[in-house]
Amino acid sequence: MALRALVGVKRVIDYAVKIRVKPDKTGVVTDGVKHSMNPFCEIAVEEAVRLKEKKIVSEIIVVSCGPQQCQETIRTALAMGADRGIHVDVSGKDYESLGPFQVSKILAALAKKENVNLVLLGKQAIDDDCNQTGQMTAAVLDWPQGTFASEVKVEGEKLKVVREIDGGLETISIKLPAVVTADLRLNEPRYATLPNIMKAKKKKIETVKPEDLGITLTSRVQILSVEEPPQRQAGLKVETTEDLVTKLKEVGRI
Amino acid sequence: MEMAHPLRGEVVKLYKNLLYLGREYPKGADYFREKLKKAFMKNRDVKDPEKIKELIERGEFVIKELEALYFLKKYRAMKQRYYEDDKDR
Repeated sequence: MALRALVGVKRVIDYAVKIRVKPDKTGVVTDGVKHSMNPFCEIAVEEAVRLKEKKIVSEIIVVSCGPQQCQETIRTALAMGADRGIHVDVSGKDYESLGPFQVSKILAALAKKENVNLVLLGKQAIDDDCNQTGQMTAAVLDWPQGTFASEVKVEGEKLKVVREIDGGLETISIKLPAVVTADLRLNEPRYATLPNIMKAKKKKIETVKPEDLGITLTSRVQILSVEEPPQRQAGLKVETTEDLVTKLKEVGRI
Repeated sequence: MEMAHPLRGEVVKLYKNLLYLGREYPKGADYFREKLKKAFMKNRDVKDPEKIKELIERGEFVIKELEALYFLKKYRAMKQRYYEDDKDR
């Protein structure tokens, strides 16, 4: 049985960028900041491409929800080896309040519409760190889920997923269709090279609105405040061991 | 006028691919571009096709090295941020 895979990719602020919080504490500065594909989504794309190279997956559809620029993220996935893209156009206020709940409804609707039997996602995004979209998508679809995957094997109508859990690994077998979320050690994603980016420009990206999928984006979450983590206190140099002991006693460490 | 060298296209392609990769270079795209141009200009007078092929191969090796560098840099950052307690860092 050849699988059809839907892979979700999120456009986030690049991992190497120093994040700045807006002075009014409503969020972080995104204007003029370098964005790229969420690293865990890259791992999900890579896994789908590897399954396609093994002829286990027949088609990879990559989807991203957000403004126009998300098409660049989709393009990166296409350059890595996905077949076609779907850009779910969400902008303005709707984009600001877009969270796992809304995205999971969109992904579930697309999974049905595109008749896929495998949904591959990153385990979490490095911007909001929610770690909810995969789980919620599985719930909306009422499909089994294999989260925090560090190994995925297709065995007939079933998936064997090795999961990263606290202090070890757990191996589960789940029925297809299923939702899988990628952990860091699942694979080493390939680089989207310039020639492949150019070739990917020939691949199709379809744009749809959430309404076209019958989804309303109302959010019940209100962000009250976004704040910087506390600044790290400066260190201190001591001349002698005695000084060190005195200082440590002063701060109550010994 | 002199005919364009048959390997010219390949060299230009290599340069473009490296330039694209350089956008993510840790020391900045400008730093990378300068170094890249210098490296190519140093060999501008090489005419021997065998030697040019050798140089192209070296350039392709640098591409692989850069891709590996970017992967490792990102992997380490993710590991430090999300898997702090891991001992095998």
